[in-house]
Amino acid sequence: MSDLRVTVAGVELKNPVIAASGTFGYGMEYNEFYPVSLLGGISCKGTTLKERAGNPPSRIAETPAGMLNSVGLQNPGVEAFLSIHLPWLLQQDTVVIANIAGSTLEEYCAMAERLEDSAVHMVELNISCPNVKEGGASFGTSCQSVEQVTAEVRRRCCKPLIVKLTPNVTSIGDMAAAAEAAGADVLSLINTLTGMRIDLRTRRPVLHNNTGGLSGPAVFPVAVRMVQEVYQRVSLPLIGIGGVSTWEDAAEMMIAGASAVQVGTANFRDPMAMPRIIEGLERYAEQNGMKSISELTGTLKKW
Amino acid sequence: MRYTQEHARILGMSKMAPGIWNCTVSAPRMASAAAAGQFVGILCGEYLLRRPISLCGFDPTLGVLRLVFEVRGKGTAWLADRQRGETLDLIGPLGHGFPLLEPSQKAVLVGGGIGTPPLLPLARHYGTNAVVIAGFRSSSAAILGDDFTAAGARVLLCTDDGSAGYHGFTTQVLEEQLSSHSGDVVYTCGPRPMMKRVAELAAACGSDCYVSLEERMGCGVGACIGCACMIREESGEERMQRVCLNGPVFPAKEVVWE
Repeated sequence: MSDLRVTVAGVELKNPVIAASGTFGYGMEYNEFYPVSLLGGISCKGTTLKERAGNPPSRIAETPAGMLNSVGLQNPGVEAFLSIHLPWLLQQDTVVIANIAGSTLEEYCAMAERLEDSAVHMVELNISCPNVKEGGASFGTSCQSVEQVTAEVRRRCCKPLIVKLTPNVTSIGDMAAAAEAAGADVLSLINTLTGMRIDLRTRRPVLHNNTGGLSGPAVFPVAVRMVQEVYQRVSLPLIGIGGVSTWEDAAEMMIAGASAVQVGTANFRDPMAMPRIIEGLERYAEQNGMKSISELTGTLKKW
Repeated sequence: MRYTQEHARILGMSKMAPGIWNCTVSAPRMASAAAAGQFVGILCGEYLLRRPISLCGFDPTLGVLRLVFEVRGKGTAWLADRQRGETLDLIGPLGHGFPLLEPSQKAVLVGGGIGTPPLLPLARHYGTNAVVIAGFRSSSAAILGDDFTAAGARVLLCTDDGSAGYHGFTTQVLEEQLSSHSGDVVYTCGPRPMMKRVAELAAACGSDCYVSLEERMGCGVGACIGCACMIREESGEERMQRVCLNGPVFPAKEVVWE
């Protein structure tokens, strides 16, 4: 039997498949399809310091092989996360990743301090949400602000720190290097690509927020390219995100350099997507005589 | 496990009216768990997201679901092209349905267009104590009249163009209906402006009212928060809720209509 366990920044995951933030709530909904203890980890819905109502509907638009969303970080705030959702999550025998987003540097710092005292296993710094007016992705689009917010959070929080990168930049390698220099333990990439759809009849954007984040199989090749690029640039472990829908996609992501993957939009299409990916990876590892699935990471042979 | 995924064999697929299709599928686990007002998520070929389709009927004994849907876009067009004997990938039953009173209570059901099918299970529950006010563009678009009658309900048909039944809106008929015999409960599903007016009329005569909302959905189970609607909680606070999980049925008095 091949070993599916992977260790990322000192945290052992029972397999390299993690639910992506914003697509899996706090795990309770999909626990009605299968025990979420099957998963390597759950990255929780992006949490802000105070409750946020999010954007008005419509928030969803289907696209060829993908979808746009503009939820806008609707969440109950960090205190409700800690008191209502975290206790349940911690009983599910899976790695719990808190995903935090702020409008200001101070908000990121306050949340980092609050989570330092909590039982979450890892913290994912969301500096890449395209659907909020202030903060979010604006922190993730210049080396200086990536470095600043990463360093400030690092100073206040000793939990293993993941920095989630946006693809909406000229050079994601530069952003990755900035996060590494500022003390990130892990990089996760990519968040969604900013997009728009227009209703021909009304000539209005389909989404009330005008723009939204593109996810799903359509972004997968972009994500693989960026993971590969960042893998060559930094020495941190990577979590590959973006359109992973099958075990083959997960394996590609790992060959490109990811130590683990996050699965998001695929859950909407097939609620059993992640258990199927885990089974597929296990079969693949066995058939290829791997002792550990981690042997795959970064084995790309470029032309 | 509250939800199931079933590969449901299509038992029948037929056109009921222009653009409206009647589909029956074999899905025993869902049929035995289903309730009035719930829906299923149907995978439509290569299209990424499941289409939420409300239950027009469910028979736990036969293990059959009845789905009446309108072709709105490419996904539902794909669905309408399926044939008897093919299978559909379904998840469900999803959402919270209509709260039911004792069948001896009087219920008024107000449906607009493709909002009418999810009311049929309510007519089955209330039988002769149900009055159905169903509105369509024209007589050619009218559906399910015989089904409501067979359930025992009194049917008041309305058409926008007067080609059948009452010439006008369901809300005008509802106003008359409520002025003569107020129902114990009013249920509605259809266009948002219609439901808003139904809610006002029900509130004016003190009847409880439940509305079934519609919104573009992502996951269909509450995880993605894509299908939001503003709900006024008992405390008076307004908060975004999830149509797919907290609804699609909400007490009308809690809905913030704008």
